[in-house]
Amino acid sequence: METQTIKLQATDSQDTERITGKEAIIRCLLAEGVDTLYGYPGGAIMPVYDELYKYQDKINHILTRHEQGATHAAQGYARVSGKVGVAIATSGPGATNLITGIADAQIDSTPMVCITGQVASNLLGSDAFQETDIIGISTPVTKWNFQVTKASEIPEVLAKAFYIARSGRPGPVLIDITKDAQFAELDFKYKKCTAIRSYKPVPKLNLSDVEAAAALINDAKKPFIVWGQGVILGKAEAEFKAVVEKSGIPAAWTILGVSAIPTEHPLNVGMVGMHGNYAPNMLTNECDVLIAIGMRFDDRVTGDLNTYAKQAKVIHFEIDPAEVNKNVNAELAVLGDSKESLAALLPLLDKKEHTDWHQRFKDLYQIEYDKIISEDIHPTKEGLTMGEVLEGINTVSKGDAVIVSDVGQHQMIACRYAKFNLSKSNITSGGLGTMGFALPAAIGAQMGAPNRPVVAIIGDGGYQMTIQELGTIFQTKVPVKIVVLNNEFLGMVRQWQQLFFDRRYASTEMVNPDFVAIAKGYFIDAQKVTKREDLAGAIETMLASEGPYFLEVRVEKEDNVFPMIPSGASVSDIRLE
Amino acid sequence: MSEIKTFTVSIYTENNIGLLNRISAIFQRRKVNIESLNTSMSEIEGVSRFVIVINITEERIKKIIGQLEKQVEVIKAFYHTDEQTIFLETCLFKIKSDLLFEERQIQNIIKESNAQIVTVNKEFFVLEKAGRRSEIELLYRELSAFGIMQFVRSGRIAVTKDEMKISSMLAEFAE
Repeated sequence: METQTIKLQATDSQDTERITGKEAIIRCLLAEGVDTLYGYPGGAIMPVYDELYKYQDKINHILTRHEQGATHAAQGYARVSGKVGVAIATSGPGATNLITGIADAQIDSTPMVCITGQVASNLLGSDAFQETDIIGISTPVTKWNFQVTKASEIPEVLAKAFYIARSGRPGPVLIDITKDAQFAELDFKYKKCTAIRSYKPVPKLNLSDVEAAAALINDAKKPFIVWGQGVILGKAEAEFKAVVEKSGIPAAWTILGVSAIPTEHPLNVGMVGMHGNYAPNMLTNECDVLIAIGMRFDDRVTGDLNTYAKQAKVIHFEIDPAEVNKNVNAELAVLGDSKESLAALLPLLDKKEHTDWHQRFKDLYQIEYDKIISEDIHPTKEGLTMGEVLEGINTVSKGDAVIVSDVGQHQMIACRYAKFNLSKSNITSGGLGTMGFALPAAIGAQMGAPNRPVVAIIGDGGYQMTIQELGTIFQTKVPVKIVVLNNEFLGMVRQWQQLFFDRRYASTEMVNPDFVAIAKGYFIDAQKVTKREDLAGAIETMLASEGPYFLEVRVEKEDNVFPMIPSGASVSDIRLE
Repeated sequence: MSEIKTFTVSIYTENNIGLLNRISAIFQRRKVNIESLNTSMSEIEGVSRFVIVINITEERIKKIIGQLEKQVEVIKAFYHTDEQTIFLETCLFKIKSDLLFEERQIQNIIKESNAQIVTVNKEFFVLEKAGRRSEIELLYRELSAFGIMQFVRSGRIAVTKDEMKISSMLAEFAE
């Protein structure tokens, strides 16, 4: 690396220790507080694994069954703990298998450091065995990446990696380390990175913007808050709750924002977006001031941008300047860290109730309850619903569980109906929509929150994309609870086929194996529920079990998730049936 | 905002391997064609400068600037219209030397176009011309009638009429 800072480090030989690059890597991880990492060994990373063997009392390496699983586990760990998740893999296929998880972490702003082995530097570009240009491949999906070819670069590059991954808007960083750099010696000294001259992670808060925002909010007759993961990533839950409570403004969440305040909070009016709640979607197009906090107006949230909140003045609280005016033009942007911005906003707000405006939300909720929610969670029909399974989990967990969901119908149902008391409790693949995310992510989530119940909610399709991670669960005895909601379909795709492709069910029907037998093959306690009367007992057994547990629930094959904003339609064209 | 115009993008960056890839990927992902690209040292030691020309709407270039500035190793990115910059391209023509003596008109073309002869030998001579794209294209058309052995044109290089406060930004960091 040719930056000036590297040159400075290289000339500083005071208080250094002569060690190998491979040991330096482990020492850097320990200095960054890493206690757990997820990975898979192979030729080009073997020196580091040799060192992990020596340091196994200090650092816990979890052998996943596929490198993709390592990234999702690291993501689950990071999302639940707020710390940086670490994944490690070899060169070539080991490195390329990380890409889906890295792309997922990039779009969902998850702090993650991935370390890949690389062929020796004299072989770079020679099509050597297991050589691939992982820097080139990972560039568009990383916040930063770097290839280390000299042992002396390791301390500063890894310090930068952790700093970049966790600071500002977090994201994934990939560090590729050639095998010769792992073996070579260096004069080791670790100094944490605290600044990079070309990188401004947090824009300086402009107090006049906060004052202008407060004035708009105080004057508003029908203000509406939509919050996202920025509240959680900014550790701003307390400030956010105080702002909501003082201003009395109805507040709705994106699926990555949920759990920042408890589900049962009286000012929480539910979920926005394609399968969100009726009231917050409808009233998005009726509010006079829309206060967006730490969210990025994803198309699944906004529907058709030409008809999204056109009547409203939009105030955007955001840490990433590139998100402002990207999809929705803001009347006012308040750039900065959410914790600082909301703390500055709070004293400027008038205390209000907005009683009549709240009543609108309650009235529309009642319509949604009668038309959809009631039958979802307390069905009167014979077949089991996904909603009643979530309701059953709520009853036993009382909202204290971490819910890890995959992608599809069950994910929307989990986000809609899971109850949360604590922040960082809803772990799901939001932006990328990565099927196969949940099972490995639940492993990491359980390790990041060892004292909390972790329940993975997965569809029968996504489950089979990373089903091999049952091996990791068996080997580590990590006590995750796995619930597969089996409708023998790729349900969300089938729903779209039914609604928009005249029921032509192209390649969405699944012929599934005996999931209980597979779990038992991994010595994981398991049962299958097909009747309503067995459901509550099975959920209780699962949540009371000490170790990992697998529960398959056979749900109605062709249920649909409603409400639904058809792709490209306006939020206020949300369909209840 | 919605009219397609030519913009000159200036990006001040650290001088790191892989950054060109990261920057070009931002344009590629949005299917925006790069009309010309030049990288060089800048007025600040250790800081590189990219000059990229694209045809795009102002609305889209603003968003691209946001994505560029978001990159860890990008110090600052700017966009300017042609009116806001002093810019030129440079080009080289390799032409048979015989023509220089046999075709008197070529000498007039060279004189009128303010092109410079870089070198002459028995087989060929090399002509260098710096200027606006239209001037270079005119010269190309005029010379192509006689036969051009080789032609190459550089990317646009540009300086802005207004100040770009990179030095003060970096000084702020050093404090």
